Amino acid sequence: MSNQHHSQESHDHGSVKSYTTGLILSIILTVIPFGLVMTGALSAMTTLAAIMIMAVVQIVVQVVYFLHLDEGSGPRWNMVSLWFTILIVGIVVVGSVWIMFHLNHNLMVGM
Amino acid sequence: MFGKLSIEAVPYHEPIVMVVLAVAAVMGLAVVAAITYFKKWGYLWKEWITSVDHKRLGVMYIIVAIIMLIRGFSDAIMMRSQQAIASGGAQGYLPPEHYDQIFTAHGVIMIFFMAMPFMVGLMNIAVPLQIGARDVAFPFLNSLSFWLTVAGVILVNVSLGVGEFAATGWLAYPPLSDIQYSPGVGVDYWIWSLQISGIGTLLTGVNFFVTILKMRAPGMTLMKMPMFTWTALCTNVLIITAFPILTVTIALLTLDRYIGTHFFTNDMGGNQMMYVNLIWAWGHPEVYILVLPAFGIFAEVVATYCKKRLFGYTSMVYATVAITVLSFIVWLHHFFTMGAGANVNSFFGIATMIIAIPTGVKIFNWLFTMYEGRVQFTVPMAWTLGFLITFTIGGMTGVLLAVPGADYVLHNSLFLIAHFHNVIIGGVVFGYLAGFTYWFPKVFGFKLDEKLGKASAWCWIVGFFTAFMPLYALGFMGMTRRLNSYDNPDWHFPLIVAAIGAAIIACGIACQLLQLFVSIKNRHQNIDETGDPWGGRTLEWSIPSPAPFYNFAHTPVVEERDAFWDMKEKGISEQKPAEYQDIHMPKNTSAGFFIGIIASVFGFALIWHIWWLAIVSAIGIFVTMVLRTFNDDIDYYVPAAEVERIESQRYQKLSNQA
Repeated sequence: MSNQHHSQESHDHGSVKSYTTGLILSIILTVIPFGLVMTGALSAMTTLAAIMIMAVVQIVVQVVYFLHLDEGSGPRWNMVSLWFTILIVGIVVVGSVWIMFHLNHNLMVGM
Repeated sequence: MFGKLSIEAVPYHEPIVMVVLAVAAVMGLAVVAAITYFKKWGYLWKEWITSVDHKRLGVMYIIVAIIMLIRGFSDAIMMRSQQAIASGGAQGYLPPEHYDQIFTAHGVIMIFFMAMPFMVGLMNIAVPLQIGARDVAFPFLNSLSFWLTVAGVILVNVSLGVGEFAATGWLAYPPLSDIQYSPGVGVDYWIWSLQISGIGTLLTGVNFFVTILKMRAPGMTLMKMPMFTWTALCTNVLIITAFPILTVTIALLTLDRYIGTHFFTNDMGGNQMMYVNLIWAWGHPEVYILVLPAFGIFAEVVATYCKKRLFGYTSMVYATVAITVLSFIVWLHHFFTMGAGANVNSFFGIATMIIAIPTGVKIFNWLFTMYEGRVQFTVPMAWTLGFLITFTIGGMTGVLLAVPGADYVLHNSLFLIAHFHNVIIGGVVFGYLAGFTYWFPKVFGFKLDEKLGKASAWCWIVGFFTAFMPLYALGFMGMTRRLNSYDNPDWHFPLIVAAIGAAIIACGIACQLLQLFVSIKNRHQNIDETGDPWGGRTLEWSIPSPAPFYNFAHTPVVEERDAFWDMKEKGISEQKPAEYQDIHMPKNTSAGFFIGIIASVFGFALIWHIWWLAIVSAIGIFVTMVLRTFNDDIDYYVPAAEVERIESQRYQKLSNQA
C-alpha cells in the first residue's frame, strides 16, 4: 500500500553511533540533577533552575538523536510539526502558569 | 477475590434501571438469536470484527455512534420530562443521585461515545477515498483504535447495571470527583472508559495524520486536497496535541483517587483549580476536533449540490488552520468566574471573540458558493441550510458569553446550556447527519430515502429551536443548570415547551431510523449504478458504489483541485485502463478485537479493585501485542486478473446505462 507512494524524502534512521551519543548524553543529563538533589550542593532555587535547564537540554538531545528532527534533513513536515508542538506546549505551559499565578494572587492562597 | 464488587452493586431496587436493563437484555438476546438463526457468526467475524478495511471500520464506528445517540438521547428525554414535572415542590420521578448520574452520562456519552465515533467513522469512510489511497497508513492500528473505543463504550454501558456512573458532571471536577466526596465506583467508570477510549482516539489521530500527509495520490498537493480532508487533517493535529493533556489530567486524578496523592486536593499543596485549567486546555480544542470535520462536510455538500467549486477555497483553508491554532488560546473562557482577574479574563475574552472571525469567513464561503449556483435541495442541503441558521445564532450567543462581564451573570445558567447545544447540535450533529446521507451510497451502493430524510431534518431543526430557545430565556430568568427540582413557578412553562421540543427531536431520530429501514427495504429502487450519484467533484465518486475493498484499481493522478470534476470535464473519468496490476492489501486480524475486549476487562478490574484480574488482563494485552508484532503474515496481493474481473463488471454497468 504505502510503498506505492515513494517520495523524495530521505529515510535516515540514524546510526548506532548517534543513538549511543544520544543515550550517553541523556544519562549524563539525568544523573546531574539527581546528584544535585542528593548532595544538596547548591541552594534550592539554583538546584531548581539547574533541573529545568537539564530537562530542556535533554528534550533537545532526544529530539535530535532519537527523533532525527535536526534542521535541514528530512521532509519539511517534520520541522513544521516540531515547531507547532513547541508552540502549543509553550501556550499551554505559559498560559497555565500565568492563569494559576493570577488565581493564587487573587485568592490569596497561603495568607 | 472480587474487590469491591458484590451482588449489592446491581441496582435491583431501582425499577427504572431494571426495566431498561430488561429491555436491553431482550434486545441483545434477539440480536444474538437472529445472528445464530441466520448463521451469520462466521460472516460477522471474517468480514467485520477482524476487518482492517477503513470503510468497514467506518461503518462500525457509526453504528456505535447511533446506538449511543439513542442512549444519550434517552437521558435527555428523562431530564426534560423530570424538569417539566418537578416544579413548585414536586420532586418528579428521578431522585437527585439518579438525576446527577443522568446528566453526567448524557454529556459523556454525547461527546465521547456519540460525536467522536461518528466523526472518526466519517473520516474513516471518506478520507482515504478522497485522497486516492487504498487504506489508511496503519490499518491494524485503525482496527485497534476502534476496539479501544468499543471498550470505553462497554464500560459506560456496564455502569448502568453494575454499580453506578459518575454523578459529578461530565468533566468530573475535583474535589467532588475525589475519593472523599465520590467514594463509589462512578468516577472510576468515568476515568477508565475515557482513558481507554482516549488512547484509541489518539491512535486514530496519529494514523490519519500520517495517512493524509503521506498517502495522497500523485499530484494532490496540500492546496489541492478536498476540503473535508483539510478539516480532517486539522482535527487530527488537534487530537494529537490535545488528547495527551486529557490523558495526563485523568491520570493525575486517578492517582489522587487510587493511591492518595493530592494533585487536585488542597491538602499537601494540591490545587483543584489546576484540574479545571488542564481539563479545559484539552476541552476547548475538543469542541473544534468535533466541529471542524462538520465544516468540511458542509463544504463538500454545498459545492456538490450547487454544482460550483467552493467559493474561496484558499480562505477556507487558512480559516481552518487559524481556528486550529486559536482553539488553543481560549480555554480560560470556560472558567472566567474562577477569579483569575481582569487582565487574564480580558485576554481570553478577546481571543474568544477573535475565533468568531475565521468561523464567520467560512459562513460566507458557503453562502457565496450557493450564490448563483444551481442549488439542488437534497437532504444534505437541508441539513446544511439548517446548520447555517442555527449555528450562526449559536455563534452569536457564544460571542456574548465571551464578554467576561456577561459571563459572570450567565455562567452555569441554562443560557450556557442553550448556547453549547446550539453550536453542537446545529454544527456537529447536523454536519455528521449530512455527511451520513452524502456518503451512504458510496459505502452501501444505494441512496437513502429523500422524503424521510427531509422529515428528519425538519423535525430536528424545529425541535431544536423549540427545545433550546426557552433555555436561553430561562438562563436570563436565573435558572442554573443541573437542577433536579425547583420552586420558581415562572420556570415551569418554558420547561414544558422545552420538553415538547425534545419530543419533536425524538420524532426526528425516529424518522432517521425509519429512513434507514425503508431505504434498506427499497434498496433496489435506489441503487447507485454509476458510483457518482450526486454529480460529485472529489475522487471518492470516481470509483464504483459500493467502493471495492481495494478502493482504486489504479492510483488516480490528480491535476486540479476538484480532481474528479476535472477528469469529467476532460472526458477521461470513464476511461478503461489498458491493464491492471496486482494490488497489495493488508490481511484481517483479530488482535485489535482481542486487545479491545481485554482492555475493557482491565478497566472493569481496576474500577472494582480486582487486582489479580487487572494483572492478568494487562498481561493478556501485552501478550496479544507481542504476538501481533511477531506475526509477519500480515499482507497479501490481489491478482490483476481478479481486479480486472471486478472492474469490468462496473464498466459493463456503465455501458448498459449509456
